[in-house]
Amino acid sequence: MARQPEGPPPPPTVQKLRIRYAKRGRLRFASHRDLARALERALRRAQVPMAFSAGFSPHPKISYIGAAPTGAASEAEYLEIGVAIRCDPEAVRVALDTALPPDVAVLEVVEAGEGTGSLADRIDTSVWRVELPGVPLAELAPAVEKFLASDVVTVAKRTKNGLKDIDARPSVVSASAIEGAGCAILHMVVRQGTPVVRPDDVLAALAAVADLRPPLPPRAVREAQGRLDDTGTVADPLGPDRAARTRCQGEHATV
Amino acid sequence: MTGETLYPRLEPLLAQIQKPIQYVGGELNAQVKPWESATVHWALMYPDAYEVGLPNQGLMILYEVLNERPDALAERTYAVWPDLAALMREHGVPQFTVDGHRSVRDFDLLGVSFATELGYTNLLEALDLAGVPLHAVDRDETHPVVVAGGHAAFNPEPVSDFVDCAVLGDGEQAVGDITDVVAAWKAQGRPGGREELLARLARVDGVYVPRFYAVSYGPDGAIAAVTRTRDDVPAKVGKRTVMDLDEWPYPKTPLVPLAESVHERMSVEIFRGCTRGCRFCQAGMITRPVRERTITGIGSMVEQGLKATGYEEVGLLSLSSADHSEIGQVAKELADRYEGTNTGLSLPSTRVDAFNVTLANELSRNGRRSGLTFAPEGGSERIRRVINKTVSKEDLVRTVTTAYANGWTQVKLYFMCGLPTETDDDVLEIAELAVEVIRAGREASGRKDIRCTVSIGGFVPKPHTPFQWAAQASAETIDHRLRALRQAINADRRIGRSIGLRYHDGKPGVIEGLLSRGDRRVGRVIERVWRDGGRFDGWSEHFSYERWVQAAAEELAPFGVDVDWYTTRERTEHEILPWDHLDSGLDKEWLWEDWQEALSEEEVADCRWTPCYDCGVCPTMGTEIQIGPTGRSLLPLTVV
Repeated sequence: MARQPEGPPPPPTVQKLRIRYAKRGRLRFASHRDLARALERALRRAQVPMAFSAGFSPHPKISYIGAAPTGAASEAEYLEIGVAIRCDPEAVRVALDTALPPDVAVLEVVEAGEGTGSLADRIDTSVWRVELPGVPLAELAPAVEKFLASDVVTVAKRTKNGLKDIDARPSVVSASAIEGAGCAILHMVVRQGTPVVRPDDVLAALAAVADLRPPLPPRAVREAQGRLDDTGTVADPLGPDRAARTRCQGEHATV
Repeated sequence: MTGETLYPRLEPLLAQIQKPIQYVGGELNAQVKPWESATVHWALMYPDAYEVGLPNQGLMILYEVLNERPDALAERTYAVWPDLAALMREHGVPQFTVDGHRSVRDFDLLGVSFATELGYTNLLEALDLAGVPLHAVDRDETHPVVVAGGHAAFNPEPVSDFVDCAVLGDGEQAVGDITDVVAAWKAQGRPGGREELLARLARVDGVYVPRFYAVSYGPDGAIAAVTRTRDDVPAKVGKRTVMDLDEWPYPKTPLVPLAESVHERMSVEIFRGCTRGCRFCQAGMITRPVRERTITGIGSMVEQGLKATGYEEVGLLSLSSADHSEIGQVAKELADRYEGTNTGLSLPSTRVDAFNVTLANELSRNGRRSGLTFAPEGGSERIRRVINKTVSKEDLVRTVTTAYANGWTQVKLYFMCGLPTETDDDVLEIAELAVEVIRAGREASGRKDIRCTVSIGGFVPKPHTPFQWAAQASAETIDHRLRALRQAINADRRIGRSIGLRYHDGKPGVIEGLLSRGDRRVGRVIERVWRDGGRFDGWSEHFSYERWVQAAAEELAPFGVDVDWYTTRERTEHEILPWDHLDSGLDKEWLWEDWQEALSEEEVADCRWTPCYDCGVCPTMGTEIQIGPTGRSLLPLTVV
């Protein structure tokens, strides 16, 4: 006969909040697990009234959507939390931002719009910006062209089960080489999917097709995530929630 | 300029290594003070991996105590894994602090906390990476003063070539005194150079400067004499003891790492010292007397700490937490206070005889009851009398059974193997005990899925304990007894499948033994092992027994001693021990008597309740036992 926790079950989720945050600077070296731990502790310090799962080891209701790889910075990471008491999204943003280390910035918090569907369904693509210190534009541009002109570019990817060959080409929707401050910048739109193609894999592909070998470790920043539409643009995943909010406020205004 | 950040040079290397987060700093509650704001700069090192070193309470306490001083600055540094160390050497990046990413070479002092002797090779690696000469005699006044602390510093002789000084005992006040000395010496224009600075430090209470003591050896290999080389340093160096823990509520703002660490909780030290008198326990012997933090002091540290960290669990830390004079009230009132907040409490060390179900129920009021840990240490009642950790088999079985009956499903039992006077039979009794526990537990709880895990390792005799004279069991003896134990546990599969056995083989214990009771000659072995690639000796995947044994054989041969001489040899009463000039307050005659009583299986009482002063600590050190009950209680927290 198993023990049951005493008392009533934990209060249910009354509101879902969707959060966009950035990881910058030194914290680009944080792994997803590191950030998840930091976020959970920050939610406690910020006294956000989290909803919890039931049972002997209750977990706060948090879902993470994707995660930039360790070593990559990001301006567009997303998560969703469930709270047990209704909160002002902006107050949560400020409190959480204050409770997190300076290199993690909480950029936006919106209430999940009713009937707008899941956040995960609105994200299938990443926009990357990769700085390549020590690589001249004249070297990067032709390498990118060569890559785009290829049908298949096989690279070895390190996985849990050792090295595995993947084709890096089909996931890359678009890519361009631009001039940055003292270095060339690779800008690209990459579809998420299986196998996951990360900036490292594209760089390995550039080495494979054009022997491009940066003298210094490149610095990748995820600039945006969202759903790729037919015109090749990536839609803001929080857009539908914001729209629902405006509609709702509009209705209130007429009362 | 010194104190410059190395981060721009380090950053490109971080992209190429495992777990880079451990090197970037920026933990919650970390501090980076401007270099120029302080006169005295301390680098504090825990000589193991970041994940082990970060939660270390001692280092966190000193970090805060020093940074609170306007004239001092303290930053942390940890052992660097071989992947980064190789890149640092290739690119000329020196050992750095994780706070300001400053070169350790730039600091006035490098304080190293040795919880275990297996960190010694990591000190050498850090010094080498820092560009600091390995040998103290080769350093000049521009190099940091290397200060050893922690329990292993009660016998710093094996590392005496590499450290400039060692602090015995509690560090809170000692680091302040050292800071004052260094500040004054710098303000005066560094008169007399490094030698004069060290001489001044040697006059600070609790500070031992090995270079001012000469050691000579007799024809039998034992120490003939330890003599001062200056008459202005003490003949015997005594330990420091902080009295009134409520005045030292540190850490106030515990560090919270982003990276995973070995303890995902905050800790509050509820008392320091232990007078239970377990004869194997160095911690209990060298931290006497017992000094309790009051219930209100504990309450405010828990409150402040949780606010500052966001942790979900608080460990009430000490050498035997259930022995606090007000533990029942502490547990109940904390549990009341944090009811419904998903905040957990835990007692990391609980004695079998101090366990009570009410207390355990409070601690796990609405949480999981997955595991409880007890440490009977010895398998038979006879051997438990030898080590003075007396608990009868019936009491043990009853306690564990009660735990199963109250919903705990997993009990862990800690034992040691190779204790003085131990025979195979003493160890085999562990199997009988475990079988009994499972049988009684199944009956009492009515469930079949209860488990008991037996965790066992080889005993290493330590300095400043009654067992400092004992012969350490050989690795072969340990391994033989562990094999026999495993067979005995597996003899009856119907019970045996509910018993897990976790053990460490005997080899690392032999090296720990060499380093624990070693003298200055052992320093050559440590250096040789490091030169041959030895690092992270506390990690089985890095530790190489063969490397140590070979280095020891070659380096010790000229002295006519060997590993066995240091480990499996029993010492005689009047042999000069390498740490005899370092005073833990324990009277050597009392220790010897206690050793003799151990051999005749006599117990000794806890002096907490019946003051006896026989061990000598209180009279020698001018200290007193400080215990409650205070009769105070915790006020409810005001709702915000």
